[in-house]
Amino acid sequence: MATDTYTKVEDTKVGKKAAGPVGWVDDRLGLAGVARKNLRKVFPDHWSFMLGEIALWSFVVLLLSGVFLTFWFQPSMAEVVYDGSYEPLKGLEMSQAYASTLDISFDIRGGLLMRQIHHWAAHLFIAAMIVHMLRVFFTGAYRKPREINWLIGVGLLALGFIEGFAGYSLPDDLLSGTGLRFVDGLIRSIPIVGSYLEFFIFGGEFPGELIIPRLYMAHILLIPALLLGLIAAHMLLLVYHKHTQWPGPGRTNENVVGFPMLPVYAAKAGGFFFVVFGFTALLSATIQMNPVWAYGPYNPSEVTAGSQPDWYMGFSEGLVRLMPGWESTFFGYTWSWNVFIPGVGGLGLLFTSLALWPFIERWITKDNREHHLLVRPRNAPTRTALGVAGMTAFGVGWAAGGNDIIATQFGLDIYALTWVFRFGFFIFPVIAFLITKRICIGLQHADSDRILHGYETGVLERSPDGGYSERHAPLPVAGQYTLTARDRAPELAPAQTVDANGVEAPHNRRERVRVWLRDKYYAGAVDKPTADDVHHAEEHLGHFEGHPSDHGDDFRGVSDAGVPKVH
Amino acid sequence: MRTLSTRRRHPLAGLFVLLGALAVAAALYTVFAPKNATAQESSTADVEAGRDLFLIGCASCHGENAEGIVTSDDSNYGPSLIGVGAAAVDFQVGTGRMPMAQSAPQAPKKAPEYDEEETRQLAAYIASLGPGPAIPEDEFLEYEDATAEEISEGGEFFRTNCTACHNSVGAGGALPDGRYAPTLEGVTAKHIYEAMQTGPQQMPVFGDDVITPEDKRAVIAYIKAVQDQPNYGGLGGGGLGPVADGVWVWLVGIGGMVGFAIWIAANGTRSKKKVKGAEQ
Repeated sequence: MATDTYTKVEDTKVGKKAAGPVGWVDDRLGLAGVARKNLRKVFPDHWSFMLGEIALWSFVVLLLSGVFLTFWFQPSMAEVVYDGSYEPLKGLEMSQAYASTLDISFDIRGGLLMRQIHHWAAHLFIAAMIVHMLRVFFTGAYRKPREINWLIGVGLLALGFIEGFAGYSLPDDLLSGTGLRFVDGLIRSIPIVGSYLEFFIFGGEFPGELIIPRLYMAHILLIPALLLGLIAAHMLLLVYHKHTQWPGPGRTNENVVGFPMLPVYAAKAGGFFFVVFGFTALLSATIQMNPVWAYGPYNPSEVTAGSQPDWYMGFSEGLVRLMPGWESTFFGYTWSWNVFIPGVGGLGLLFTSLALWPFIERWITKDNREHHLLVRPRNAPTRTALGVAGMTAFGVGWAAGGNDIIATQFGLDIYALTWVFRFGFFIFPVIAFLITKRICIGLQHADSDRILHGYETGVLERSPDGGYSERHAPLPVAGQYTLTARDRAPELAPAQTVDANGVEAPHNRRERVRVWLRDKYYAGAVDKPTADDVHHAEEHLGHFEGHPSDHGDDFRGVSDAGVPKVH
Repeated sequence: MRTLSTRRRHPLAGLFVLLGALAVAAALYTVFAPKNATAQESSTADVEAGRDLFLIGCASCHGENAEGIVTSDDSNYGPSLIGVGAAAVDFQVGTGRMPMAQSAPQAPKKAPEYDEEETRQLAAYIASLGPGPAIPEDEFLEYEDATAEEISEGGEFFRTNCTACHNSVGAGGALPDGRYAPTLEGVTAKHIYEAMQTGPQQMPVFGDDVITPEDKRAVIAYIKAVQDQPNYGGLGGGGLGPVADGVWVWLVGIGGMVGFAIWIAANGTRSKKKVKGAEQ
């Protein structure tokens, strides 16, 4: 069916017509060489490799919709009297920022849709970054040589949080002002320098008149520029390192099996952009996002129940809600542990542990090889369990940030919830770790069983004494290869405390800690079956002399679909 | 007169003087006390009927004479209802909060146990026990007549006094120990007014000298305006704010995107789709 003959592009009608202009451009820019190499660049195919792309395209949607919003948004805290179409706020004094946001929402054609597209895309940008990061984490794609790209990714995520927060604060409605006050509290909780920093950032006492223009500059210029630069670096490194791939027949640590950039991925990625834009527009047209008019103008003396940050800051908010109200005073300064530890410390811990993990793991395992093949999460039980534990801790903080909404919507007591989350923040991750590790090891056993005992054919046999058993058949070789294409666990040598001459080695204690951690890291994991195991299993499964089959001559193996071919 | 002076050191003399003083004070009070601001005149028959209802349905917690019941550890089994006024009865009974189905941190809104007639009789009885806020007059409840200025002014009152507990669109909020500020969705203007007037359960009292009846009407007008307006921008999250937004993002948004990614990856070039008529 497939055609082996094709017309060379330069011989096609389009090719002939394009030859002139393309030649003209190439003579002046000399891009043909670069393009030839990169347009044929091969990428592997898997749905999970497209998660980062959601973030990328959401960012493009953010840039486009953001440009639209800048045409009308006025980043000023000057007081004006609102005289737009939204009746319930008519005649109120408010900042120009809020008034212009209301104008965008109610008086500018397409403004509300664009505002909602911008906000939706921001949510999706950060959510996609997190999902993408989880994929990279759980498959071990951050390992050498990709640690720097992981760090860039962590930086992108952190900048995304800040960018999102700045955008959330710009409309100057009651909710965003309350969020700004929260961050003002975080800044002030920094020991000694906090209040100075606050005055520096806000240009005086909160809220002042400078913060909106300043945030605006950061939101539309500084942070987007940084994001853009880091995204470019992220993509260049991706091209330089080549994309990781799942193991399988023909796929090794040295090659990449997939499709070329042109035409396959140019079409897929290009198409995906329109899918992301289209879906974002659909969501924005049907689901309300941040109804700023409902909150009213910001006034530092007012607040509304259900004041929450956008979801990605929920973790930080939640930890502050969980923290007991500890505060101490010495050297004439107030040390607000109640805000500083959860607020600044929580986010600090999150990003520090994310950034350091690849290096910690490498130090523990002393694995200095390059890795281009992905690891199934079950085959790194400790890493997977740690990841799930981290997600659990993040999730508890996140849920605690919405404890009031959970309380009212489910008829629960907010104090009881707070206590559950207080203990849960420490206990639930441990439980999650243990359960996840058990599940991973269980799945590893299942894989081993499939390799050694084949898969279930559905053929039931009755023995002469009446017992029933099911016939198993060996996996296809490709399947066996895919399941076993992973590293064997290293030999766990005890810590070298003395060198060959019996002299005590330096860094003795550190080495012992490392070895202890390493043993914990590999503990419990099921190694893949050895070649001997597999050969022995084959003998059992196949028709071998000396291992007579019970199934008679009728049994001719099983089809690929698992249907036994009897007769 | 001699009798009086000879008996002045009698052991019961102090008591008599006290009783006398009390009688004078009571007489003065009945003359000078502010009149009960009951809007509609309630007949003695209503009061009697209300008392009968009260003895059956309310007295077990509030006491036979509505004086309240204090438990042995000095906590409140049912508060005294003397002086709470007809407005409080109309709110508590009219919204079904009273009688409570069971002891709880807070009496929830439910289907009323008493019909309008019985509620009016109960209110009349409680109002007869002591002066208190009356059921508001209709002119302060006709929020539909409020002008745009009044509505936006009502919004300012609402944000200053109410949103901290009830949320910016009156969706409600959590309070300590299992209590909560209930949603204002679907609450009648009369009941909102009475709640401000009487401060039921956790709510502070916003008497007429704090928020005038006209301003109360403006607050109600604002609440109704923001709740009756269409959901600009699409399906809302019930006014719950960013938490609802986050639920949408993760359930519909990123879930849908990942679905598309799986779809594209499964249906790209050279997918394993069978070519028509080709051999397997």
